[in-house]
Amino acid sequence: MAAPTQPRIDPFVLDVLGRSDYAIIGELIPPNSAVLDLGCGEGELLAWLAANKRVKARGVELSGPKVRKAIASGVSVFHGDLLDALAGYPDFAFDYVILSQTLQETAEPLKVLRDMLRCGRKAIVAFPNFGHWRVRVAHLFTGRAPRTKLFPYDWYDSPNIHFLTVTDFQTLAAQEGWTIEREIFIAGKRRVSLLPNLLAETAVFLIRRKN
Amino acid sequence: MIAEVHTVQFDSITLDSGVELSPVQVAWESYGSLDSAASNAILVLHAFSGDAHAAGVSQETGLPGWWDNMIGPGKAFDTDKYFVICSNVLGGCRGSTGPASINPATGCPWAMTFPVITIADMVRLQKKLIDHLGIRRLLAVTGGSMGGMQALEWAVAYPDSVIAAIPIATTARHSAQQIAFDEVGRQAIMADPDWCGGNYYGKNPPARGLAVARMVGHITYMSDDSMREKFARRLRGKEQFGFDFEADFEVESYLRYRGRQFVDRFDANSYLYITKAMDYFDLTASRATLAAVLEPVTARFLVLSFTSDWLYPSYQSQEIVRALRAHNADVAYCELPSNYGHDAFLVDVAEQTDLIRGFLDSTAKARS
Repeated sequence: MAAPTQPRIDPFVLDVLGRSDYAIIGELIPPNSAVLDLGCGEGELLAWLAANKRVKARGVELSGPKVRKAIASGVSVFHGDLLDALAGYPDFAFDYVILSQTLQETAEPLKVLRDMLRCGRKAIVAFPNFGHWRVRVAHLFTGRAPRTKLFPYDWYDSPNIHFLTVTDFQTLAAQEGWTIEREIFIAGKRRVSLLPNLLAETAVFLIRRKN
Repeated sequence: MIAEVHTVQFDSITLDSGVELSPVQVAWESYGSLDSAASNAILVLHAFSGDAHAAGVSQETGLPGWWDNMIGPGKAFDTDKYFVICSNVLGGCRGSTGPASINPATGCPWAMTFPVITIADMVRLQKKLIDHLGIRRLLAVTGGSMGGMQALEWAVAYPDSVIAAIPIATTARHSAQQIAFDEVGRQAIMADPDWCGGNYYGKNPPARGLAVARMVGHITYMSDDSMREKFARRLRGKEQFGFDFEADFEVESYLRYRGRQFVDRFDANSYLYITKAMDYFDLTASRATLAAVLEPVTARFLVLSFTSDWLYPSYQSQEIVRALRAHNADVAYCELPSNYGHDAFLVDVAEQTDLIRGFLDSTAKARS
């Protein structure tokens, strides 16, 4: 039986968003908070949070077509670069700053994370786990840049420019003095509790700066 | 949709220059109907050479409005939902008081004795109109280019009267390049012997100077791409060069045509006064930073710019967005892809429509 404090993946959220990391983020964020979603895509998560949790929702997205869809659906999104956008916000402008499936694509991930914890009280970071056993097996047996369900790209056309694992993130958090308030590991739509660095496909961390 | 122009006169208005202008008239049109709570009004602000006729077919001329592709039933500014108002700016020549109006003290046109006006003065007159119409808060203020400057000025000067602002292809301050092009236009007009120090009313207007000014303007509204696409090096009505100075190229004949056409509908002195107002425009003039000026702003914003607009480049829109973000204001920004240059806001309406419709829907929903 799951511990009662564990966020449950609302099947409705899953249906709406089709992404289990979104579902977990949707559960982590309390009503009426101020939320900034970095790399928000078409703003589905923000639109859901605004409609269902009455959050003050803001987004940043680099892709023009995605920004246009987000704005057309009523979400306030800035068309531009993450770091540029983050730098402009005052300290603690948000309760939560979200970076979902984008950390591995950013040029300066540490700078992004630090600035997330400057303009947000808490940060939610979700990323694909490069430590997953399939990645390890693929690399070991092919001797090539691993291609798996989670990392389906050839090395030359992959948007992923940084490869990190669950353990890498935990190590960085310790090094930077961040408190990990929650860590949630998923494989497909299932929760993973054992050996997350080996078994989790996606990791979701809720972090804040130590006081 | 037949559009009828109305005029209303006010006793006086105090200008930024300190001059008291009296009386002052404003020409305006409206589309759609105002709801019983007067809560669905959108003020559309025209660009440099525009007028109050933004949409529908003019009762007077039979021509469509300058933003007819954006305003109407089911369009971006949906007149089935919203009450859309547009007025001619102060200093204009299309029904509102300007240099061609009669100075009651002399019985003659003001000409160059007309006081120099600013974007803030234009907005002051619009506020009088909105008050006159019994509208306390505007659901949105919007416009492209100089219209965007007025939208920004509205949000700063009357924060309690503006729920949302949509400045398009605009700037918080005119740049050296923008001032430079305006100055070329003004010098072209003033160099025309027919200008006569501005006292040409009842005589030949400075048609050549005004046409040249308009030609320069048109170049700045297009882009290298759009001109190549539209004209390339095509010759106009001939197979070979004429080896003379008649219009050889299509682009020449287009510019000449645009210049001539403009003379019939625009007053040269208005050109001088309105370009001066744009050049004076700098929201930060009175304060240290743009962020400080935007501090009292409560409106939510949708800021739009276009990739090929080199007259009002995207960095100017991004500067506005950045300053709003410093207050954590509710601001959406998108740079739209377009080949049309500055003209894009008038021409490239499909994507603007989706964005503006969604933004207005969510604004109206949040308000209710």
